[in-house]
Amino acid sequence: MTMTLRTEALCKQWGGFKANTDISLTFEPGARHALIGPNGAGKTTFINLLTGGFPPSSGKVFLGNEDISRLAQHERVKRGMTRTFQINTLFAGMTVLESVMLAICERRGLQKVWWKTVARHADVVDEAMALLATLKLTKEANSITRSMAYGKQRLVEIALALATKPGILLLDEPAAGIPSAESRELFEVIAGLPRDVTVLFIEHDMGLVFRFADRITVLVGGKVLTEGTPEEIAADPRVKEVYLGEAEHA
Amino acid sequence: MNAYSTTAAGADTRAKTDAAVPGPDANVDAPAVGHGALRLPNDRWKALEIVFWLLPVASYFFFPDYLVLISQIMIIGLFAMSLDLILGYAGIVSLGHAAFFGLGAYTAGLLSVHGWGEPLSGLLAAAVVAAVAGFIVSFLVVRGQDLARLMVTLGIGLMLFEAANKAAFVTGGVDGLSGMVMQPLFGVFEFDLFGKTAFWYSFAVLFILFVAMRRLVNSPFGLSLRGIREGGRRMPAIGAHVDRRLVAVFTLGAAVAGIAGALLAQTTQFVGLDVLGFPRSAELLIMLVLGGTGRLYGALVGAAVFMVAQDKISGFDPTYWQFYIGLLLVLIVLFARGGILGGLEKIVARFKRSEAA
Repeated sequence: MTMTLRTEALCKQWGGFKANTDISLTFEPGARHALIGPNGAGKTTFINLLTGGFPPSSGKVFLGNEDISRLAQHERVKRGMTRTFQINTLFAGMTVLESVMLAICERRGLQKVWWKTVARHADVVDEAMALLATLKLTKEANSITRSMAYGKQRLVEIALALATKPGILLLDEPAAGIPSAESRELFEVIAGLPRDVTVLFIEHDMGLVFRFADRITVLVGGKVLTEGTPEEIAADPRVKEVYLGEAEHA
Repeated sequence: MNAYSTTAAGADTRAKTDAAVPGPDANVDAPAVGHGALRLPNDRWKALEIVFWLLPVASYFFFPDYLVLISQIMIIGLFAMSLDLILGYAGIVSLGHAAFFGLGAYTAGLLSVHGWGEPLSGLLAAAVVAAVAGFIVSFLVVRGQDLARLMVTLGIGLMLFEAANKAAFVTGGVDGLSGMVMQPLFGVFEFDLFGKTAFWYSFAVLFILFVAMRRLVNSPFGLSLRGIREGGRRMPAIGAHVDRRLVAVFTLGAAVAGIAGALLAQTTQFVGLDVLGFPRSAELLIMLVLGGTGRLYGALVGAAVFMVAQDKISGFDPTYWQFYIGLLLVLIVLFARGGILGGLEKIVARFKRSEAA
């Protein structure tokens, strides 16, 4: 069962620079929650604080009733929180299938198995191939990750996260740098995830945001400007001014 | 949280998906069935590998004068494989791997000098001592990144060397540890003057450990080691406890190095201070890079090429033989990335491609 993810006055400061200030947000199970805001608004920093990329300067992160602020990244993954990266962070020299199987083995607790080869874990192979099929990566199963087209690598980025079967999925600009037709396809896959999976995503394409999100948080200068349903956000004059207006000028 | 149900779906899609995967040798007319077309780590024996392992056996009969050299190549090859495990697979650089080799050698040596000359238990004791040391050192190693790891391992190696030097009353210091008396292997096979028992003993230990390590590097555990090397930043994000994995493999590498050291001590019935020396760690790195990292066989080929070259070149140029080793290393690193085996692999791949075209 997916739990509620909640932050309490979360702050991150590097020297004099405040990347995140007093962010208190709640992500209900099954939410499709978009995080938007201009560049440098602290969106990726916030994802890092949620997933344990680095510890907060102050404030807390709760998963259900548990304070997970100080837990290591891998421990949060074990609790069902998985992220993807804005810049591809993959296993360059491994095949797509190997990469996905690696993630599945970690989830299933098979990472300590040394006496049985990877090829003999037929059930893991099956699960990996099924996952690749949902992302239309079947043909690329044997491809070495670094030799693949950028758009395909973005899909591997998602595949690795899905392989952990997250209850809460945090996507840092999943469609960055891929053509809009493909990014739509990618979001259809995300939209097709089980209904109780919480999805928190950073995205700059407002079309995608308003189509897939049921809640939107606007971050500006490391602070929450406002939060609400897509309708509320679209109607909010401050958002238009700070963010949407800016996007129109660009 | 378990809202996903891919197990059942997986079985259904398998037939479809597998047929759609063009494997390396997939034929358009005969779509592959099952997992055969998927490239996955496995440990099926290839013909070339069997030939490779018959080489030392053949050399026993054809080069009886070289038994001692061949035994040493096998022992150092095992040592190099232990480094390959941590460097080639997990990507931990080490300039002090001789520390564990030396610990193993002294453990077996001291046991024998003090009356415990049974070889197999000596080997086991060496493995345990080296593993404990490796386990302790690993916590220092996982803390840092490449340069810090290089310095930590280098420092540990130097410290251990000087400690053994200083503790001459135990180790014999610079004179070495002599007076080792080995009991016959299994109580039957005496360690003879020609090195026949030593040869088969070394061969058997090397082969058994090779088979085990070969299995290990192709297992999920081995896959996770490669994962750390290929995408260390991603590993925590898929739920992997990277440090724990590194501690495990470093301990294991140390244990195997200890066994190699013990083998050298037992088969030569002598332990010199050089087993702990920095040159041994450095040469080991050269051998591994020469042969090719991350493929186990590279360690064996590298050790063989290095030691045969050392033997042959030092025959006509005893003072400056390392010049040629250096030259070979530079050429290999510049023109055959991935070492001798990596270079050969590329040539074979090119040959196959031109044949297919």
